[in-house]
Amino acid sequence: MKIAVCVKQVPDTTSVRRLDPATNRLDRSGEGAINATDINAVEEALRIKEAHGGEVVVVSLGPAKALDSLRKALAMGADRALLVSDEAAAGSDLVATSYALAKALERENADLVLFGQQSSDSDGAVLWSAVADRLRRPLVSQVADLGIDGATVTGKRQTEFGYDVITAPLPAIVAVSDAINEPRYPSLKGIMGAKSKPAETLSLADIGVEPERAGTRGSRTTVLALAPPPPKGDQVKIEDDGSAAEQLVDWLVGRKLL
Amino acid sequence: MSTLVFLEHHGGVIQKGALGVLARALALGGDVAGVVVGHGVADAAASAGAFGATTVYVVDDPAFEAPLPQPRVDALEAVVAASGAENILFASSVLSADIAAGLSARLDAGLNWDVTDVRIEGGQLIGKRPALGDTVLVDVGWTSTPRIALVRSGAFEPVETGGSATLHDVAVTLQDFSTAAQIVEQAHEQASGPSIEDADVIVAGGRGLGTADGFRLAEELAAALGGAVAATRAVVDAGWYPYATQVGQTGKSVSPKLYIALGISGAIQHKVGMQNSGVIVAINKDPNAPIFDFADFGVVGDLNQVAPKLAELVRARTA
Amino acid sequence: MTETEPTGAPFPHQVFAADVRAADYPPPFSSAEVIAGPTDAPDERIEVGVLIVGGGPAGLACAIRLGQLIEEDPATAERLGEVPVALVDKGKQPGSHLLSGAVMNPRAVRRLFRGRPEQLEGVPTYGEVPGEGVYLLTRKRALRIPPPPTLRNHGNWIISISQMCRYLAEQAEVGGTFVLPETAADRLLVDHGRVVGIRSGDKGRGKEGEPLGNFEPGSDIVAGVTILAEGTAGHLTGAALDHFGLNGREPQIWELGVKEVWRVPKPLRRIVHTMGWPLRKPARYREFGGSWLYPMGDEMISLGFVVGLDYRDLELSAHDLLQEFKTHSFVRAILDGGERVAWGAKTITSGGWHAMPRSLGAPGLLLAGESAGLVDLARLKGVHYAIESGRLAAEAAFRSLQRGENPGRIGAFDGYDAEVRNGYLGKSLREVRNMRQAFEKGFFVGGGLASAMTVSKGKFPPKEFHNEPDAAAPLLRTDRASRYPAPDGVLTFDKLSSVFASGNRTRDDQPDHVRIERKVPRDVAEMWAWMCPAQVYEVGEDDGDGTVEVKLTPSNCVQCGAITARGGRLTPPEGGSGPEYTLT
Repeated sequence: MKIAVCVKQVPDTTSVRRLDPATNRLDRSGEGAINATDINAVEEALRIKEAHGGEVVVVSLGPAKALDSLRKALAMGADRALLVSDEAAAGSDLVATSYALAKALERENADLVLFGQQSSDSDGAVLWSAVADRLRRPLVSQVADLGIDGATVTGKRQTEFGYDVITAPLPAIVAVSDAINEPRYPSLKGIMGAKSKPAETLSLADIGVEPERAGTRGSRTTVLALAPPPPKGDQVKIEDDGSAAEQLVDWLVGRKLL
Repeated sequence: MSTLVFLEHHGGVIQKGALGVLARALALGGDVAGVVVGHGVADAAASAGAFGATTVYVVDDPAFEAPLPQPRVDALEAVVAASGAENILFASSVLSADIAAGLSARLDAGLNWDVTDVRIEGGQLIGKRPALGDTVLVDVGWTSTPRIALVRSGAFEPVETGGSATLHDVAVTLQDFSTAAQIVEQAHEQASGPSIEDADVIVAGGRGLGTADGFRLAEELAAALGGAVAATRAVVDAGWYPYATQVGQTGKSVSPKLYIALGISGAIQHKVGMQNSGVIVAINKDPNAPIFDFADFGVVGDLNQVAPKLAELVRARTA
Repeated sequence: MTETEPTGAPFPHQVFAADVRAADYPPPFSSAEVIAGPTDAPDERIEVGVLIVGGGPAGLACAIRLGQLIEEDPATAERLGEVPVALVDKGKQPGSHLLSGAVMNPRAVRRLFRGRPEQLEGVPTYGEVPGEGVYLLTRKRALRIPPPPTLRNHGNWIISISQMCRYLAEQAEVGGTFVLPETAADRLLVDHGRVVGIRSGDKGRGKEGEPLGNFEPGSDIVAGVTILAEGTAGHLTGAALDHFGLNGREPQIWELGVKEVWRVPKPLRRIVHTMGWPLRKPARYREFGGSWLYPMGDEMISLGFVVGLDYRDLELSAHDLLQEFKTHSFVRAILDGGERVAWGAKTITSGGWHAMPRSLGAPGLLLAGESAGLVDLARLKGVHYAIESGRLAAEAAFRSLQRGENPGRIGAFDGYDAEVRNGYLGKSLREVRNMRQAFEKGFFVGGGLASAMTVSKGKFPPKEFHNEPDAAAPLLRTDRASRYPAPDGVLTFDKLSSVFASGNRTRDDQPDHVRIERKVPRDVAEMWAWMCPAQVYEVGEDDGDGTVEVKLTPSNCVQCGAITARGGRLTPPEGGSGPEYTLT
């Protein structure tokens, strides 16, 4: 069984996060770390491989140093890494990124594609759905528990209303939440072995992405301007005379929080 | 400008967030229509009329019974074609995020998410969204049509207009892969609720709760608000609540839209884990607790009185 | 017994002798726990040629030099096996636990990259020292004084040691070293009297030591030669010195430095060192130290305060001294309009020549850098000593693995030891060997002695001074803490938000890594609480018998090493824990 895990490198949350004033985009020049939930996705892939056999490939779109994140996944036990790195991809939005990622995944033709649910740098929750549509494969997202039985994947999907249990035939796309597992620490042997595992770097042209579909050209959204947020407004402090709860509710309603 | 608003429904009721987005779309002007997708949804679709929708596109078929995203991408593709909508707005939810992104790929249409406001400027739709933990506001735009936006839930309030809507049925051809995923079991127990990092509302408990039992107050209030329960390091160390819920320097950093601190003093090691929350409410009997320095709304009082009352009032409102 | 200072003197106040010393309450720890034989099955052990413990300048220079030697001599390289060189570091990535001023003598790094100009060009620096000034501070004034001969930095480079070592780690990897961060060196593996490697630390243990769901045991890493380059208060180094009887003639002593990096609108165009305020001059306080302010380009400044850990006043806090120091008008002017962007703390090994290990080698083992006691406190230099000794250690290790040689035999590394002691490193250290100790006599007498030593290149005075262990300092109380500024969050900061600024995200559901006697007299507990820059220690409940409980928050720990100097014992927590320094 072949499992592809899509992994993203994001700026380390401890270093100062800034927008680059020149491009209005996230300044990614600081230290990078593998996106936290992607590690859960890698762990899930490894567990499936341990139970069912097969190969785990980690795939990433990013600058050359995204290879560090891929190495970490290799150290955990993934078999192969694929990095698509191309300057022409800079400034890609969802439309451009999902297009490129879908091309890379088509090439891999995996039975199961895993994503980690949240990306800490853009707080979106969207990439896998766009990729699933391009690959024309069934999607199960927000998965907190995953099982494989023959050619069917069963996921426990967490929504605002509770848990649904969803099945889908392989090949399928699954986005996992951080509740799904506790990732393993890479062993020293794993870390040292990672160096000799295959790690490929390809350009956009190598995976068949046309120049007009890449980067800002291939994007359909744009960032226009930055501004500091409006000041929080006056603070309120009251003593409870029995009506504090009512006053608080009125205030929350006024702030559109209820 | 023509705008389509996705009206998510659950249990036959259109979701409040969607109605809020509808209100905003109507305020922007131009042609505004709603779209409801499901099975047996005629009544739900009609109810949108009371909130200002004059036109609602309806896709009603057993194939759409289950709240799954991919068939809805097919449905929306058809409705967009039928309506000629330029803008497609969604109130953000687990389901709608997947639909919006799938639709973005399907139509190669730009998607901006976590948008807290939209406006029209120079004939263009401009969105506003916070970034970097709510420390900056960014104006975002689209370079082509249609334009898709996922609006942060709760950003807008519904407006009752008491009107009625004309319903238009739209026929949809489903893609083969769209119906491959099936719901086997639809459960509705609040198993453990959202994890604190994803939660929009957090009720956090500290030493002021008195005992481990005190957490029932936090749980009750969190349930009423549809939020998650968090804890300070002191009470986690004391074994009152699990480490997974710990917020602070040595626990998790959270930035929910609403953070309610019950019996928490506000020492810096806790503060650094939650200071980027949208709105901070504190209930504490110590008027000098440092938390009152940075809480937006502070109540000096007995949380054993205030918290249950608050939970009761919230439940009454959302019922 | 109390005494009152003569009126008119600075800090007139009551002095209370506490008559208690931390050394009387030793930690529950024995070096023997750290020494063991391999326990993994032979085919489970990780085999490497040369194992380096510590990713600081010494360890990395050693790794880089080995990479060069391997290239030049493939025949010997073959004998090193599939993994010729491995380097382990307990920080999250190279540089995470490194902190220094720093002004570095470039001599050693030039030598390291001799014949490799592109690699030398790539060393990140903030340029050559543009000028310097030394000041004696009083509460209100800054008096410029001629720089002592030991503090002349013309031609030296301003660097961030954390940044430089991130670069050196890349070079080491390019040269073939396996760099393994997030790996604690937990035990020194000794077999039949010979060092055969280390055991790495476990990961995924809970607070009581119980294995958690993702428990990953450590591994035995076995090597032909093991090089300890652990820096200050090294865990394996301390145990190895005890085990092999290598402790120096005098006990080791330390200084504690607390550092901040600031972004400033007005560039600082020279390096500055200060002495005096807020430290007190009379000998009874034993307050030795001073500060530095170094420009990091035009936009940032590195500043820090250093104090000897043999101080007596139990309320002395290096972190608060730094905050107090910043309130001086001289410093305020430099920081005006700026903002703090980093914070950290680390001890400096300051025993000098007398406290150096008796030998820098043992069967299968080499000591390099600060682990070998190679720090010149008088000149505030340690980085180039580390690089140079690392380079020499690499050559010694490589030689010992050549055909016909045996790194396990006694005396295998005598040559390295001699090279260090007789070369320019040893010579410099010998010249200043008594300088630190002279300051026990107080600022003025000490200063006079120090000058005499410098001028005579160490020949004067003829007697050798002795070190007293820092933990043996008798404590006294003078209400010093009342003068520390309250943190305002703009110029001055509290310890907890500073720990946050160090990038520390240590998992707190893991076993305590600090060994300390938990029931001690209040004065000792308070001393620890003030001492620790990261607020790890708090005075707990009174036990009613003259002692109190010591409460720990080990997840705050930035692993500075001060507790090892003052009566406890730091051991490495789970690999990857601790600060994540990038600019220090």
